[in-house]
Amino acid sequence: MIEAVGLTKRYGAKTAVYNLSFQVRPGVVTGFLGPNGSGKSTTMRMILGLDQPTAGRVTIGGHPFRQLPNAPRQVGALLDAKAVHGGRSARNHLLSLAQLAGIPARRVDEVLGVVGLQDVARRRSKGFSLGMGQRLGIAAALLGDPQVLLFDEPVNGLDPEGILWVRNLMKKLASEGRTVFVSSHLMSEMALTADHLIVIGRGQLLSDMPVKQFISANSADFARVRTPEGEAAQRDKLSGVLVEAGGQVLPEPDGALRVTGLPLPRISDLAHGADVRLWELSPHQASLEEAYMRLTQGAVDYRSTDDKLAHLQAPPQPGQPGYGLPPQPQPPLPADVPQQGWYAPPPPGENPYAAPQPPAPAPQPPAAAPQPSPPRPSIQKPSDTTEDAR
Amino acid sequence: MAAVPAVLQSEWTKIRTVSSTVWTLASAVIVTVAMGAALSALLKSSFDDLSDLERATFDPTFVSFSGMVLGQLAMVVFGVLVVGTEYSSGMIRTSLAAVPQRATFLFSKIAVAGALALLVGLVTSFLSFFLGQALLGEHRTTIGADNVLRAVVGGGIYMGLIAVFSMGVAAMLRSSMLSLGILVPFFFLISQILSAVPKAKEVAKYFPDQAGSKIMQVVPDALGSEKAPYGPWGGLAIMLVWVAASLLGGYLVLKRRDA
Repeated sequence: MIEAVGLTKRYGAKTAVYNLSFQVRPGVVTGFLGPNGSGKSTTMRMILGLDQPTAGRVTIGGHPFRQLPNAPRQVGALLDAKAVHGGRSARNHLLSLAQLAGIPARRVDEVLGVVGLQDVARRRSKGFSLGMGQRLGIAAALLGDPQVLLFDEPVNGLDPEGILWVRNLMKKLASEGRTVFVSSHLMSEMALTADHLIVIGRGQLLSDMPVKQFISANSADFARVRTPEGEAAQRDKLSGVLVEAGGQVLPEPDGALRVTGLPLPRISDLAHGADVRLWELSPHQASLEEAYMRLTQGAVDYRSTDDKLAHLQAPPQPGQPGYGLPPQPQPPLPADVPQQGWYAPPPPGENPYAAPQPPAPAPQPPAAAPQPSPPRPSIQKPSDTTEDAR
Repeated sequence: MAAVPAVLQSEWTKIRTVSSTVWTLASAVIVTVAMGAALSALLKSSFDDLSDLERATFDPTFVSFSGMVLGQLAMVVFGVLVVGTEYSSGMIRTSLAAVPQRATFLFSKIAVAGALALLVGLVTSFLSFFLGQALLGEHRTTIGADNVLRAVVGGGIYMGLIAVFSMGVAAMLRSSMLSLGILVPFFFLISQILSAVPKAKEVAKYFPDQAGSKIMQVVPDALGSEKAPYGPWGGLAIMLVWVAASLLGGYLVLKRRDA
């Protein structure tokens, strides 16, 4: 059992891990997921007492790692496959580790067989491929027959056969009642290997739940709806109708709409009722990988996507969904006006839309250049027009 | 708690299973003995060209140790690599995950490597002495003469301590390249040059190699070298202070910093 409480690690001004609390229980494979640089390895190093936490603590079986009696017999770890002296043979590398814990040399040959390195045992590890290095690292972790095992990215560089082997090895170790903690940045791999998932992003805990629950919570179905291209009014009309009917609508960058909460036939009926033609209406399932990506984008991004509900009447703005206008019932905008919002404010004096718009105060000629804030009126224009329209 | 004998055994396995151990220690022996022999032979043939002062303070024992100036560099490399490769390879994390008690880890490593360096140093200094005396002809001395045995054993201790000092520095700097880049020029150039510069040589007298090498002299201030304000044992004590300081520094760095 590994237990972290309020674990925090700062390197100077950078916070690598912040207030992380979790438990890794015996008997199951616990996956530790997060994008690169999210603090997985730092957390692993803190568990092993290599890095001192800035705040909080982490214990193994109730003891901080540094106070464990005969640590190699209780905890086995693969941190970095290449963390071996390249000039030393695989067997001698393991032998030096075995001697630390009073493990007989016989066991060294045994684990070399388990990981399939017996034929290259006496070769210098310098010439090993990444996959062979991983196997050597796994052998080192297994050496002391420990109850707690940590693996940092164990499948990196392994061939498909090796990946399958690691997957089964993890499951076997867990089924023997051991605590198995495996980090990875591949959701798909963890979905196959792990029973429980701990997901972190930017050093903070994002999710801590069984894999089954994670899958059911995150793999939501959705429908992709496309209205005729170039007819933004149709699309806006449709999204208004769909929201009224209780659906959630997310504009996609290519102009399609991602609809959740409504079955496909209902979407079709609603579109028909609103007299909107459809170019596409297709069922989709968000992959686990996608769910994981959304989750790890960071709390702020995640929330802004969620807010969409309230903003749906706003003209869809590809690239930055969610930052639309205040909720209003279906603003009847001219088709090309919302396009204004899609672009960065044009340079002063060059706004092609400035002249024809009635409220535009900015003068067209070059005299606009020296003015301190000429882009401002052009930004506000769309909302001005909506006010007028109302 | 990893037991000390287990850690010592493991460190011995680590040291004997890398080839850098063999070639650094072998070159320490060969370079020191060969260069000592060559200079002994050279001085025998050019003894009459020496100045009166140099002839009056002629120290056959010290002459046979002339190769130490170069040979100690191989000891520096050995000491640096023993500690430095743990960092450059990343092995340090594996090692410390297995031996969380960092003092036990570091001092076991240094004890094993230091003992080996001392042993090789003693072999080197005895070989250098006997070969050098054989080549010095009528200017030779014998192992039974006053203070000669102290100088020969001292030469071995000196080489061992140079290696241990380098291990401490490498543990402080946590990098083989950086440690070698500092230690080799220091012992080979800076210390030698400063000891010839007025004023600066007053300071240079207290450098570890300058102070420690006094133990190898049978005749005080041999061959017209600078007078030192301390004797052979005093010099060795000064060197020991340096070694202790580097070990303490190395330990504090290992203890405080994240691996």
